[in-house]
Amino acid sequence: MEVVAINQISPDQVIFFTWGFVTINATLVYTWLVMGILVVGSMVITRNLSTDRTLSRWQNLLEVIVGAIRSEIREVVKEGGDTYFPFIGTLFLFILFSNLFTFIPGYVAPTSSLTTTSALAIVVFFAVPIFGIAKQGVIEYLKEYFRPTFIFFPFHIMGEFSRTLALAVRLFGNLMSHEKVIAILLTVTPLFFPVVMQALGLLIGIIQAYIFAVLTMVYIASATQTHEEAEHKQKEH
Amino acid sequence: MDSVSIVAMASIITAGICMGIGAIGPGLGQGRAVQGALNAIAQQPDERNSLTRTLFVGLAMIESIAIYCFVISMILVFANPFWAYVVKKVGG
Repeated sequence: MEVVAINQISPDQVIFFTWGFVTINATLVYTWLVMGILVVGSMVITRNLSTDRTLSRWQNLLEVIVGAIRSEIREVVKEGGDTYFPFIGTLFLFILFSNLFTFIPGYVAPTSSLTTTSALAIVVFFAVPIFGIAKQGVIEYLKEYFRPTFIFFPFHIMGEFSRTLALAVRLFGNLMSHEKVIAILLTVTPLFFPVVMQALGLLIGIIQAYIFAVLTMVYIASATQTHEEAEHKQKEH
Repeated sequence: MDSVSIVAMASIITAGICMGIGAIGPGLGQGRAVQGALNAIAQQPDERNSLTRTLFVGLAMIESIAIYCFVISMILVFANPFWAYVVKKVGG
């Protein structure tokens, strides 16, 4: 069952129905599917949380995931990681599950469309200054752009935009290229190689979700790190 | 040679060359990254987890350069922006 034909490059071009100016395309449908599964799943699992030693299996799973994300954040930001935890955790879980569900037949990862990954990257682009200004204040945050010398200001600006672009295109390129490679391999050798590539695709999806979350955390950490802390770290080495 | 064949030829040849040349640099870079990681793991086997994690992050960043080239090749082959215009101009 083919949702995206072989000569279409992204699920945006697969339109299910239009009504006036509203077009429902495949990206939208699968994004809402992943969102629905995440929201309903977590609501159902966290209905009766228990603090004894006997937990339900699903609560244990959620605790493992939460603990792992927290420890990853703590490795990048030494303290105060809990303010960023909902944002990073949501990013990671959304990208992870939208990449992992590709083993379901007829499912197309919404992150294989440049619109979804651009939306996520734009969210990160706005979140980094918001967290930086919330931690340091506007003047101190803006002074960071002029920090080594005055001339570095355009390079910092360009760096912000190129980081956002890189985030979007990295995730999109990995997922879209993988689907295309599998589609092309299906026309060449039916069973063995496409299955192996599907397994590789799951691994790539997990790694890309992790990369996205870790890079977001690194950008936020570099934006919220005050000048004295940066100098202190320099002197330590 | 009419414009349809020129556009088709240029797109296909460019897609092939783009991916071919674009895979050289990241391939070499990833080789060096894994070499550095293996050296570090051999020197300090206790830090294996942290080293492996950093290695994977670094490999994904290097991989993304090759992915950019692959995206350009895919766009040239599958979502060629000039193809529809040229076909319309010749057919119309």
